[in-house]
Parts: sequence; structure tokens; C-alpha cells
Amino acid sequence: MLWDTFILALREIRRHVLRSLLTVLGIVIGVASVIIMVTLGSGATVQVTEQIASLGSNLLMVSPGKRLGPGRDSTGSPFKLADADAIARDIRSLAAVAPSASKPATAIFGNENWSTTVTGTNNQYLKVRNWSIAIGREFNDGELRAGAAVCIIGNTIRENLFGEQDPMGQRIRLGKLSFQVIGLLVAKGQSTMGTDQDDIVLIPVRAFQRRISGNKDINLIQVSVTDGASTEKVQGEIELLMRERRHISSNEEDDFHVMDMKEIAKMLTGTTQVLTALLSAVAAVSLLVGGIGIMNIMLVSVTERTREIGIRLAIGALEREVLMQFLVEAVVLSSSGGLFGIILGLSACAGLKNVLQVPFVFNPGIVIIAFLFSAAVGVIFGYFPALKAAGLDPIEALRHE
Amino acid sequence: MIQSNKTDNCLLIEFQNVKKMYGSGQAAMHALRGIDLQIDQGDFVAIMGPSGSGKSTCLNILGCLDTPSDGSYIFKSITVNRLNQNQRAQLRRHYLGFVFQGYNLLSRTSALENIELPLIYRGVPIKERQILAGQALDAVGLKGWEKHTPGELSGGQQQRVAIARAIVTEPAVLMADEPTGNLDTVRSHEIMELLADLNNKQGITIVMVTHEPDMAAYAKRVIYFLDGLIESDKKNGEIK
Repeated sequence: MLWDTFILALREIRRHVLRSLLTVLGIVIGVASVIIMVTLGSGATVQVTEQIASLGSNLLMVSPGKRLGPGRDSTGSPFKLADADAIARDIRSLAAVAPSASKPATAIFGNENWSTTVTGTNNQYLKVRNWSIAIGREFNDGELRAGAAVCIIGNTIRENLFGEQDPMGQRIRLGKLSFQVIGLLVAKGQSTMGTDQDDIVLIPVRAFQRRISGNKDINLIQVSVTDGASTEKVQGEIELLMRERRHISSNEEDDFHVMDMKEIAKMLTGTTQVLTALLSAVAAVSLLVGGIGIMNIMLVSVTERTREIGIRLAIGALEREVLMQFLVEAVVLSSSGGLFGIILGLSACAGLKNVLQVPFVFNPGIVIIAFLFSAAVGVIFGYFPALKAAGLDPIEALRHE
Repeated sequence: MIQSNKTDNCLLIEFQNVKKMYGSGQAAMHALRGIDLQIDQGDFVAIMGPSGSGKSTCLNILGCLDTPSDGSYIFKSITVNRLNQNQRAQLRRHYLGFVFQGYNLLSRTSALENIELPLIYRGVPIKERQILAGQALDAVGLKGWEKHTPGELSGGQQQRVAIARAIVTEPAVLMADEPTGNLDTVRSHEIMELLADLNNKQGITIVMVTHEPDMAAYAKRVIYFLDGLIESDKKNGEIK
């Protein structure tokens, strides 16, 4: 009997192709949109986390000026190379200390020119940023001490200035001086903030001070803490040291600040989580709209169905047989809609992965929730009108207009 | 399942003071005001009367599609008015066939599938179902129209399919509510001959509501309803 009911329900679905398709469509859209939005949202969160990890989660950034915030100025005298040396010398459990100074500049090679940022630093810079050289070499000690006119370029510079040519050994002009390319950095892609990390030219810090900026200022000291050491503790030690070196009395505020990458990570994941929540809300609305679509179609067909139920009851169907048929029909429609929705949603995510460059994160929880919700809507609104109609005297159901 | 006490008595249907009203209080509408009626096995009864005389209501109660407000209805020694909806459905499934004025076939469903429907609810296996449905379609003269849906059939053909659906289960009683109401004269007589044939050859008891004397002439017994009461009840020879 159950098999017969199943066959009856399938026949009924085939007979009302349009109605069935519209019902399924509502569920498909609801399920797919929720899955797409939540999957992309969690993909973005994962991406942010990964990028922060690639930046080095045990990274401290020491910069002059008070901590930036609304209504607060960022004045504060810049650091000197001696400050970086002092940190490296006086504080333990540090993996690398990289002082750096940056300035926008135009890089010129042949007929090509490209506006970029020149950063004067040392080899430790690569260490703290978890970066490595793709082709060529790092600066050698002689070049660093003498401030030689050599540079390491990012992939964006190579693409824009050299195209298909080999940049190694070529000379590019930065400001008034030409620098020889000795290395090419591994491509890193976009940062979490959306800036191109590969748009960079590294030169020895002494060359920068002497030939680009013309002063001894250091804008940023990046410190990488050894694995297992507490970044909080190191942060405190650096703050103490810098207060001492900058002669800040105990009743004055710091005129520099030390930022822990963990804080940035927290802030950014917080932001993406808010975005994911927002997307989920939008998705929930589309699920609801899909649900209302299903309700409409189911309720519109009540008149037709009530007559049909009347006919079936008159020729000898029991109430529970009629209900079982309608239930099976609703379950088959809703669950096939749900499955299509899952397939559509997941494959759309897999496709968008390349377009939006967001990793694909499979989230089984949301797949199940979306499926259950639309299936429930489909079943409830397919079943309850039938429940009402099957409770009528057959003659009332037959007379239903 | 409902057990019927098989007796030699050929009394099939008995109404004792059956009343039916719609609404309540002052606004109550009395469709049947107390009907006493007996129908024997093998009879062919035509119920006639003006609109609103209660003839359709009576047939619906006879066919267990509707319930009486008062009085008792005994079908094959079963007191129908004490049955619940499920038990009445069982009764319809096993003993009753219906033919309606508006055919009431399932749309977008082939003639053969429409006829199979009551057999599905009886639990008849698919092979047997198709054979029986084919035979029923043959019996109403529609061999070769198996695959056609109601939309592709004329009114007369649809009514034949409806009759085939009603008789495929070999019911004890066939209830027909204005079976010729939507048909022209020629088709009407064809349908009536078919019904008379079923009554004569297969011994199916038929209760038919009609307002056309021409159609009632095919019956063995004619009952006139007026204002919810039986006005006359005659053997057909007496009124001819």
C-alpha cells in the first residue's frame, strides 16, 4: 500500500508539472541562497585568518605617534636605527627585528614607469613578514652597511616594468638614482585590507635614508617574537624600553605604540563575522520569500485539491490514505527541491571561489538547517490544506468551489 | 472491516424517519423532513422531484457521502449513522459506486487510470487492476480510449468512463446523481440504456436522481420527492 501511495504521489507530481516545478523552485532558491551566502561568508573569515597567519601572528609593530583613534593625533618623533638595535639587543625571545621606512616613489625602467612604495629595510623584514625570495638573493652585509644601490622587487613591479623580460641585474630608477635588481619576492596577492602586497620595492635602509628620504628617520619597527614566547610580555618590555629611550616621564602618555597582530586579527575576524551575520540575515529573508512562494502555490491549488480529495473519498479512499498520498507528494517535492538547492548552492560556491578568490568552506550545519527549513515549509503547506479537506464529508469536498 | 450479516432477506437499504437539516435555530433549512424508504437488492430506483425537494440530499445520504441529522439508515443490516467517517469510507469502498452529474473524473489522468483508482484503494495488484479496468472500459463501449484524459473526451464519453469507474469494483449499489444532466438527448438515452443493462444483466442495484421523466422511465420504480418528504412511490408500470 505504501508503494502504491508512493506511485500515486509521483503520478500526481508528473500530472501537475508546473505547480510542482514552482514549488521546487521556491525551495531551490531558498536553500541555494542561504548556502551560497553563508559559505562565502565563512570562506572570507577563513581567508582573513589565513592571511593574518601568513603575516605572522607573533608579529609586533612598533610605530611612532599615539595609538590612532578618533580625535587623537599621531604626532611623535620618528625612531632611529639605534632604537631598533636597542630592541634587538635588550629584549629576549625575539626572532627578528626589522626597522623600516617607506616613501611613495615612481619606479622607471626603459619606457615603463610605475608608482609604488619604496621601503628601506634589512633582510629581517622578509623574516618578520614570512616572505621569501623567488629568484635572486637577499641583501648581503656589504650592501646593507654601505647602503648600496640594489633592490628587491615585488611581483607587481616585475609585471608592470619588465613584462616578460628577466628583471635580474637590470637597473630601475627610483627618484634620482638607479638601483640594480638583485631579487624578486614570491607573489603574495592582496592583503586583508585590499592593498596589493606585491607592489613593493625593498632597498637597504641606509640607501633609503641617504638617497630617498634624506633623513635618519625610521617609521616602523616590526618585531617577530619566537614561537612559544608571550607576545604580551614582549610588548610590555618594548614599551618600557622605548619610554626610557624617549625620556617619557611616568605621568605622560606614550608617544608611540606597539600593536600586536593578534589584535588586528581579532578586529578583522570580528568585521568579517559581522558581515557573515549580515549575509545570513539576507539569506534568511530569501529563504522566507521562497517559503512564502511555496505557501502561495500550495494554497492556490487547495480548491482544485479539495475537489480531488472529494472524488477520492467518494470512490472509497480512506482519509489516511488520501493524507498519506499528499504527505508523500509534499515530502518528495520538498526534499528534491532541497537537494537541488544544495547542489546548486555548493556548485555556485565552488564556481565563485575562483571569481571572488574566496576559499570554499563547506559548512554542513547551514546546509542541514536550510534543507530542513524549506522541507518543513513545503511539507506543512502541502499537507495541512489536505488535512483540512480530508476531514470534510466527501460531498462538501466535492462541492468546494 | 465491516462485517455484514448475510441474510436471505433481499432488503438492501432501509431509511427510518431520516431527517437532514442545514444550519440551526430559526435559519435552519430542512432538506429532509422524515423519510421512510426501503430498497431491495436488484432494484432500479429513480428519485424525482423539483429542485430543492431533497432528492440529491437523500442520494448523498444513501451513498454515505453525507450523514443524516436524525433517524437511522440501515445498509445490509449495518446501522450506517453510527459509523465514523473511516467506516463509512470502507462501506463506500466495498459496496458503493458513484456517478455524478459533473462526472468528477480526475483531470489530466487517463481514462484507464481513472477507472483503476477505486481498485488501487481496494489493494488490487497492478496487473489485475489494468485487466479489470480494461474490461470495465470495454463494458461501457469505450475500448481504444484508454490513454485519453477527460479533457480529450466528450461529455458522454466522460460519463461512460465515470460509470466504468463506478462498476469496476462490482458494487452492490450504484448511486447516480443526474447522470444525464449535462448530456444531450441521444447521449442521455445511451447512458440510460447502459445503466438499465447493468441492472438487468449484472443485477446491480441502481439508485438514480433525475428530473427528466424520459430517463426515469428506464427505472423499475419511481419515487417523487416534494419539500423533503416522499410524495409518491410507484412501480414503473403504474405510472406509465
